Amino acid sequence: MKSLAELAAIREKMKDKIVLREGGNDIRIVVGMATCGIAAGARPVLNAFVEGVDKEGLNGKVVVSQTGCIGICQYEPVVEVFEAGKEKVTYVKMTAEKAEKVLKEHIKGGKVVQEYTIANAKNA
Amino acid sequence: MIRAHVLCCGGTGCTSSGSPKIQDAFRAEIEKNGLQDEIKVVQTGCFGLCALGPVVIIYPDGTFYSNVTENDVAEIVSEHLLKGRVVERLVYNDTGAAAGEAEEAHASLNDTIFYKSQHRLALRNCGVINPENIEEYIAMDGYAALGKVLTEMTPDEVIQTILDSGLRGRGGAGFPTGMKWKFASGNRGNVQKYVCCNADEGDPGAFMDRSILEGDPHALIEAMAIAGYAIGANQGYVYVRAEYPIAVKRLQIAIDQAKEYGLLGQDIFGTGFEFDLGIRLGAGAFVCGEETALMTSIEGKRGEPRPRPPFPAVKGLFDRPTVLNNVETYANIPQIILHGPEWFSSIGTEKSKGTKVFALGGKIKNTGLVEVPMGTTLRHIIEEIGGGIPNGKKFKAAQTGGPSGGCIPAHLIDTPIDYDNLLEIGSMMGSGGLIVMDEDNCMVDIARFFLDFTVDESCGKCTPCRVGTKRLLEILDKIISGNGELEDLDRLEELANYIKSASLCGLGQTAPNPVLSTLRYFRDEYVAHIVDKKCPAGVCKKLVQFTIDADKCIGCGMCAKQCPATAIARTDYVAPGHKLASFAIDPKKCVKCGACLPTCKFKAISKQ
Repeated sequence: MKSLAELAAIREKMKDKIVLREGGNDIRIVVGMATCGIAAGARPVLNAFVEGVDKEGLNGKVVVSQTGCIGICQYEPVVEVFEAGKEKVTYVKMTAEKAEKVLKEHIKGGKVVQEYTIANAKNA
Repeated sequence: MIRAHVLCCGGTGCTSSGSPKIQDAFRAEIEKNGLQDEIKVVQTGCFGLCALGPVVIIYPDGTFYSNVTENDVAEIVSEHLLKGRVVERLVYNDTGAAAGEAEEAHASLNDTIFYKSQHRLALRNCGVINPENIEEYIAMDGYAALGKVLTEMTPDEVIQTILDSGLRGRGGAGFPTGMKWKFASGNRGNVQKYVCCNADEGDPGAFMDRSILEGDPHALIEAMAIAGYAIGANQGYVYVRAEYPIAVKRLQIAIDQAKEYGLLGQDIFGTGFEFDLGIRLGAGAFVCGEETALMTSIEGKRGEPRPRPPFPAVKGLFDRPTVLNNVETYANIPQIILHGPEWFSSIGTEKSKGTKVFALGGKIKNTGLVEVPMGTTLRHIIEEIGGGIPNGKKFKAAQTGGPSGGCIPAHLIDTPIDYDNLLEIGSMMGSGGLIVMDEDNCMVDIARFFLDFTVDESCGKCTPCRVGTKRLLEILDKIISGNGELEDLDRLEELANYIKSASLCGLGQTAPNPVLSTLRYFRDEYVAHIVDKKCPAGVCKKLVQFTIDADKCIGCGMCAKQCPATAIARTDYVAPGHKLASFAIDPKKCVKCGACLPTCKFKAISKQ
């Protein structure tokens, strides 16, 4: 180690990899991963979120996790976004492409993608 | 892209209860489900809740699984990792709520009372990072403190920072760490100096140093390099007992990695500072935890203490100025450098700053390691964090400081624990072993247990310790065998004080403490042994009598069948209302094993 910059470079590189263990994330994206969810294609959605969070540099701010069946199997894959101080947003019939849009517009941009929400699906 | 981490405790406790096999099972099961690119299995150091091992934590949720077995792994992978459903039956629950209700509130480790009440500084990385990966330590701001002192601070500024922080030695007497460094700091660059680490944790029941070595070895390396810079030393030694194989292995891996990354060796951070570190293995003699004996042992000689002064800061290892601190003390150093002395001194009490790690053992639910701010009361540690005494028994006393310390009786349970308060009530901080005792413990027997240990471990160099402790033990043996006289109590006290004042090193000077403190708080128990020839707790075998109440005995003979010494035989007496003659115990044949007690369904056998 010849300089502090070298140390800082390793720290930055590694930080993203263990930030998962720190908790205290602002936003939680929860993907429904019960049998119904998986059958409807929740896995690619989950992976799209995990990869997208990393790509957008949101590690440490956003955590992606799973949950079981919440009882609305006809709308799977279901994704819920929890943010401190805000109402929960439930997205339904998700795909990897939709996940990308949610990440960009909602998680990064702060604007809920209304067309994918359960409220919208029910009205349709 | 990794979305979840499975952290398996690889501390000594969990390793012996099977965590390596669980890790293998996780890897195999994860691969079987095709999740190997999404989920990473990490071996960490000790989480602290050793009683519940093997322990597994799954992030990002922080779900805390305890008592995991190989057979549970498939279920955790398919339910939790694949489908996201927490395996409720394995979740640690300290609320007393039913498993289902507790799941919501207590699935996460950080929500448990055990963790919430702690303040983890020295243990901050234990159970969080992989100790065999230097980059994970760097990610947790590792080696940033070393970088800071080498590039921004003068050696004197480093020493002043440690002085200002108020950090005191965590291994025993609580001497201010900054003072030690200051004494050794003169004449930098002109004389060979050494930095040593005492990892010869010998107190029965204390294992925080092992845990730090196993869970966060780089913190020690970084701190020792900082000490080297502060006093002007280029060589360090870690003296660790060979009975800690996992700690030794991980420390060696850490040293090798630090060298590979140029964080040990020459020209660190391009500043010209050089520092090297070596491990020296001890054979596990208790006396080698005494600083002069430890250094004598590193020199390759028989581990015996020598008189002080000269102190190690003047004439230490190989007769050179030496700084010697304990593992937990060092583990605090990088944090103090990074966050400043004011931050550190804001934690704790007026004269005891920072936190202290305690190894909870004995009659307590949550056996393990806890780290709390100085000044936390014993009640909080035992009842809240420790989960209280099992089986509804009553708290009687806690022993701190191991064989060098003393006991704290129940009426002092609200004492805020720091160095000075403990000394005042006749105990000491020591390395932080905390053994909890309930009503079933005999205090005379406890004193005898610790004394037996010091008699064994006395190196034999000075007479007060070698002969004196042996005589103390003989008096205690006399008392517990029912042959004691009241004058023996005065003899114990007189002899104990001679040993304290005349012994060469800390081992002898503190060896009588368990006797003196039990005499101070539990004199009535000694008197009961001597005058009534009774052991109130029913521990001292020679004073215990097993008897059968002839009127309750129906003569079934179950007890006689169990007796290994054939001490129970039928009598001629038939109690009114019974058909068969009752049994009786021959006290001369009885070995007091107690095997008969549970066999009697009529509660006819009593122990007193």
